[in-house]
Amino acid sequence: MAEGKLLTINMGPHHPATHGVLRLVLELDGETIVKVTPHIGNLHRGIEKIAENMNYQQVIPLTDRLDYTAATLNNLGYCTAVEKLLDLEVPKRAQYIRIIMSELARIMGHHLWIGSHALDIGAMTVVFYTFRDREMIMNITEEASGYRLTPSYLRIGGVAKDITPKFIRCLREFIKWFPTALDGYNTLLTDNIIWRKRTMGIGKISAEDAVNYGLTGPSLRGSGVSYDIRKAMPYGGYDDFDFKIPVGDNGDVYDRYLVRMEEFTQSLNIIEQALENLPEGPVKVDNPWISNPELDAVQEDISALIRRFKIQCQGPEVPEGEIYHAVEGSKGELGFYLVGDGTENPYRMKVRSPCFILVSALEKMMKGHMLADAISVIGSIDIVLGEIDR
Amino acid sequence: MTIDNAKVLEQLKSEFSDAIVDDVDFRGDLTIIVSLEKLHDIMLYLHDDKTLHYDLLSDVVGIDKLPREPRFEVAYVLHSMDDFRRLLVKVMVSVDVEVPTVTDIWRSADWPEREVFDLLGISFSGHPDLRRILMWDDFDGHPLRKDFPLKGKDFDEKWDPDTIQVL
Repeated sequence: MAEGKLLTINMGPHHPATHGVLRLVLELDGETIVKVTPHIGNLHRGIEKIAENMNYQQVIPLTDRLDYTAATLNNLGYCTAVEKLLDLEVPKRAQYIRIIMSELARIMGHHLWIGSHALDIGAMTVVFYTFRDREMIMNITEEASGYRLTPSYLRIGGVAKDITPKFIRCLREFIKWFPTALDGYNTLLTDNIIWRKRTMGIGKISAEDAVNYGLTGPSLRGSGVSYDIRKAMPYGGYDDFDFKIPVGDNGDVYDRYLVRMEEFTQSLNIIEQALENLPEGPVKVDNPWISNPELDAVQEDISALIRRFKIQCQGPEVPEGEIYHAVEGSKGELGFYLVGDGTENPYRMKVRSPCFILVSALEKMMKGHMLADAISVIGSIDIVLGEIDR
Repeated sequence: MTIDNAKVLEQLKSEFSDAIVDDVDFRGDLTIIVSLEKLHDIMLYLHDDKTLHYDLLSDVVGIDKLPREPRFEVAYVLHSMDDFRRLLVKVMVSVDVEVPTVTDIWRSADWPEREVFDLLGISFSGHPDLRRILMWDDFDGHPLRKDFPLKGKDFDEKWDPDTIQVL
């Protein structure tokens, strides 16, 4: 219908398939999408402004609320950024525990992605299985930190406390079980003819365009660019590990799906290596201005009590300087631009949110497709509105 | 082929000797501070040059250094997909001065520039669609400026409980 009028429809902000409060204004020619205008900001909490008025340790729980599906990865991004600004070396054991927790968080994030992505397209079964396995990881996270969804387990200079034997036992159980579960997801989707027809050739983006539009993470790797910050600019001890970066060829929804499915295996592989080679030693950096004294010491020693009080209320003083530090989040390059001014509050904290940029590229990926395919494109880039709006 | 920070700086200085105001090498990342007039030329060169080839613009960051003049800074985070280098480019901006947009070089600059405009009030000349992005359209003020109150403007105004009028 070349002569016909364009139809404008409003998708969201509380449409279940927009994964939060994303609002898209779609202009349709018949059922074909001609123009996409995303509207964001419904979940804007001003985390960057709040952080300017807190000390460095107090910001950690705020970062949990960015990408709440994989909260530990945000902690890792923030803590390693502050450590880079402080020029601080974290003990090996702490690094390994951090990596275990972050890779678990990545699996948790991907669990939510595959569950809801399949649910949007119409495969209802997958979400029940992924949430069953997500529950196992939540229990492991709870054993380490005491919290399930937003653990705030990492600290500047290490982790909050050492892991327990029960944690290791649960983790081994999970490592043993998870390949079977993965086979289950693959059986449900990978060769499923309906799934393939709904995802192959949809939302295509070439490697050159993907880089130009600023895509990162699995969405970029689906187009064939092997940019994974864990390998490209190793941080926090990732250079000790042996893992592969899966890349796709076509850059469509199906390839992004395959990349993420392979990342499950690679994350599990990293966790296994970290657990086997877990070194002994302290889990916090040995620096009286940064690490809290142990609770036992606080109860007996007045100087330890004062030091704990001072660290909690004031926090470390950070030198003047500006850094940009990025980690591989479960959705892409999660960067922190920190400006230190010699005081205990960050002068400016800017979060480089991968989903923010991914949503800005939605129009490129959706144009020319049917309205029903818009749902699978949104699912394939795996967005979390907490991170987009900050 | 990999090139390090010193070589990048050397090449840039030979190409744009007067436009590079300062350079900082802090914690392994190179930051160059460039003049506002030459910003677009330098960015185009950084993107198009075969050896440098910074093809991914990760972010655009606005910083408010209130008492200082020029008041604002805009920092661009660039990455190269050839050998994963990082470069930070920074420009100093006074109030009511427009920064040339880089959306024609990297499409990924679109939303970050809108965000800087929304939260800090720095305008970008030539931007295709410069609207507020996180705050609502008729919002007054720019929240990430240092003189913007933390609680928001409405909360800080005194009002009379009897007449419910703002004093």
